Amino acid sequence: MSHGLVQLAYLIATVLFIFALHWMNTPATARNGVYAGVAAMTIAILVTWAQPEVVHHGWIALAILAGFVVGVPLSRVPLTAVPQRTALSHAFGGLAAGLVGTAKYYLWFSEGPENLTAFRMIAIIVEVLLGFLTFTGSLMAAGKLQEVKWIPQRPVTYPLQNVSNLALLGIALLAGVLLTLHPAAAWAPRLFPVVILLALTFGVLLIIPIGGADMPTVIAILNSYAGLAAVAMGFVLDNKLLITAGALDGSSGLILAIIMCRAMNRSFTNVLFGAFGQAQQVKSGGEQKEYKSETVEGGAQVLEQANLVVIVPGYGMAVAQAQHKVRELYDQLKKRGVTVKFAIHPVAGRMPGHMNVLLAEADIPYTDLVEMDEINPEMPQADVALVVGANDVVNPAARSDRTSPIFGMPIIDADKARTVFAIKRSKNPGFAGIDNELYFSDRTWMLFGDAKNVVGELVKQLSGSGVH
Amino acid sequence: MNQPLDFWSMMFVFVLASFIGVGVIRRVSRLLHTPLMSITNAISAIAVVGSIIVTGADYPRSIRIMGAIALFASMTNIVSGFLITDRMLKMFKTDRKPADRP
Repeated sequence: MSHGLVQLAYLIATVLFIFALHWMNTPATARNGVYAGVAAMTIAILVTWAQPEVVHHGWIALAILAGFVVGVPLSRVPLTAVPQRTALSHAFGGLAAGLVGTAKYYLWFSEGPENLTAFRMIAIIVEVLLGFLTFTGSLMAAGKLQEVKWIPQRPVTYPLQNVSNLALLGIALLAGVLLTLHPAAAWAPRLFPVVILLALTFGVLLIIPIGGADMPTVIAILNSYAGLAAVAMGFVLDNKLLITAGALDGSSGLILAIIMCRAMNRSFTNVLFGAFGQAQQVKSGGEQKEYKSETVEGGAQVLEQANLVVIVPGYGMAVAQAQHKVRELYDQLKKRGVTVKFAIHPVAGRMPGHMNVLLAEADIPYTDLVEMDEINPEMPQADVALVVGANDVVNPAARSDRTSPIFGMPIIDADKARTVFAIKRSKNPGFAGIDNELYFSDRTWMLFGDAKNVVGELVKQLSGSGVH
Repeated sequence: MNQPLDFWSMMFVFVLASFIGVGVIRRVSRLLHTPLMSITNAISAIAVVGSIIVTGADYPRSIRIMGAIALFASMTNIVSGFLITDRMLKMFKTDRKPADRP
């Protein structure tokens, strides 16, 4: 195949990738995006495979087959496990970029050192650094999300953490500069693995101080890094398809990270540095406050009489696997003519958009899933706000308490509804270790218990009383 | 080699593609941010292109082993990324069919 034809095929693939993302702007056309993406990828693979320099077809077929063998089961994980699957795929992406960069360096070193221009060396170093730090960083993130035993869930901090991390990165960059200046020196092939090792270590240290609540941002950042590693690979291989596709991925991760950041009122620099030092101090609560609890019978009665019920789901709903019971509740209330809406906070769950996917799986029409900014003006008209497994995203302290670690974070105004029911497993404070004032409001009644059981009981009450 | 020229044309492609990326991604429905992330995973596995060359060309064995691992990793992302995106997107419906009702 001539050079021109190959470039034309890559150009078509590029356009298809852009359409793939464009069609994601509404659920109605989103599946076309998948088809466009698959078509683009198939073109790219076949055209590359048909290159004359490719001679070991068996190896390629075997590696592709292995990719299918692992990829297909990975696509069938339960939706609650999607965040860790996503983190794992960022790890794979980083690994691929790092390995190709390494392979290219050693190849050129032994077979044509004149190819190791300063520009190429910079691209290789960036690719290898980003690739390998994304690899271990994403593995750590996946491990934390999967709650692997030997990976600490809580943020791990130690003195001089930022300084030592930055020093490590500095040493890696210094080694990179040395390699760029003397790529063909006799010691260069021994210095190269040091860069890899430092990148691998840095990836681990970057994620260690980050807790579960910050995971949506971290996943978005790692997404961006994986894309940028692909861009660097494009610079190394002089391939514009790689640059474009990597840039699309990089900007996607960046935008998601910015959205997550705004939703947590954290600064953008904070994101760029991988959310360093986010360990928050647990404030000891002042006076002991009393919860008012309500029975499911009472709760069901109030729900039945309501016109507008707003359900605020959080990660607790996913943990308790309560989304299907929530749908039954939705059905029961709809049957009685009650309007039911879901208020979705951007950082609810463990990755961007997590709640929407879980509720869509439970067969709730996406037209009833409402973003925070759209639902908040409606909250004063809501008769009931039902909080299912959400905590910090409905904590009014974010609006009023300057000393609170979450002060300034935009929240769903659940406290403005006429009645608030909050389902809570225990009387302990939430993940960030902060008391939630909402639970002590005059309008709030607590329903203690596992989210799935409590919602199930509510459904039972409603279906029982619906008979007479 | 016309290396400086190459560098700048690649830089232009990178910067322009990033702007297109930002423009397109900003319009993506917030409902679909999880599928968006899985589809961009699959798309960034375009690293497959580099991996195929490194695996398949007549290079030393150790180089090709690195390539094959990279190819396996990219292919895993392509397969699982597109499949899970489609699986999630299928779930987003406007209205429920009567058959779903109890």
